[in-house]
Amino acid sequence: MLVNQFLFLAALLFCIGVYGVIARKNAVLVLMSIELILNAVNLNFVAFALRNGNADGHTFALYIIAIAAAEVGVGLGLVLLIFRNRRTISLDDLSEMKG
Amino acid sequence: MVAQNIGFAIIAIIMVIGALRVVTTSNVVHAALWLVVVLAGAAAQYILLAAEFVAITQVLVYIGAVMVLFLFGTMLTRSRIGRDSGLNNSYAKLGIPVAVVLFVAMALALSKSFGTEKLPSDGSLVTTQQISDQIFGPYLLPFWALSFVLLAAVIGAIVLARKD
Repeated sequence: MLVNQFLFLAALLFCIGVYGVIARKNAVLVLMSIELILNAVNLNFVAFALRNGNADGHTFALYIIAIAAAEVGVGLGLVLLIFRNRRTISLDDLSEMKG
Repeated sequence: MVAQNIGFAIIAIIMVIGALRVVTTSNVVHAALWLVVVLAGAAAQYILLAAEFVAITQVLVYIGAVMVLFLFGTMLTRSRIGRDSGLNNSYAKLGIPVAVVLFVAMALALSKSFGTEKLPSDGSLVTTQQISDQIFGPYLLPFWALSFVLLAAVIGAIVLARKD
């Protein structure tokens, strides 16, 4: 197995996730795209752990999984709060910051 | 060696198709279920990379917990179950050139720096004991920080989501 085949797969997943973050309007779908991006990063870490022959990459991958779980919890809490106040989770409608 | 490459190719194709469906489908519940396919594929790739502990954690945390959270989020925000045409931005097309340019840039950088470098096939495998030695050894401080982040996230989510 080449190192690059895993890195290319991770790069592809990362780009698909970036497209999802840009293109989606529904806040839950944006969070799902962020999960795609975080998984791409994890794949890179584990591939490099095997390449370098140490456990650092595995440790970082586990930490990223924990951070991602926390992020989804808080993110969905925020989405619920927005929905309760606005009756919508369309990110295009949250335009107060626009001058 | 060849069998590993065939396994990689099959799983990779399934993962890419799943990821594309996550960002293009017009049904929120289908997007969540396609995300399960991508996450399970990632767990399979971890096993291929001899990282069985990370793979099991991926299945437990992502497929077990995070997906349930996503489905709850879909349900509680009353997203339309079924087809919904209003899921994309008006400028969604802008994302395609951004993603393509990003991928081309990363592909050039990767093929230039790693080329056809092979993964070691006879290297020493990382055991779960080594991972725990790392977590409770040199990476103990990030582990503490992570514990506080999780605690803060749990309390924050309860404070944000409860009804007063």
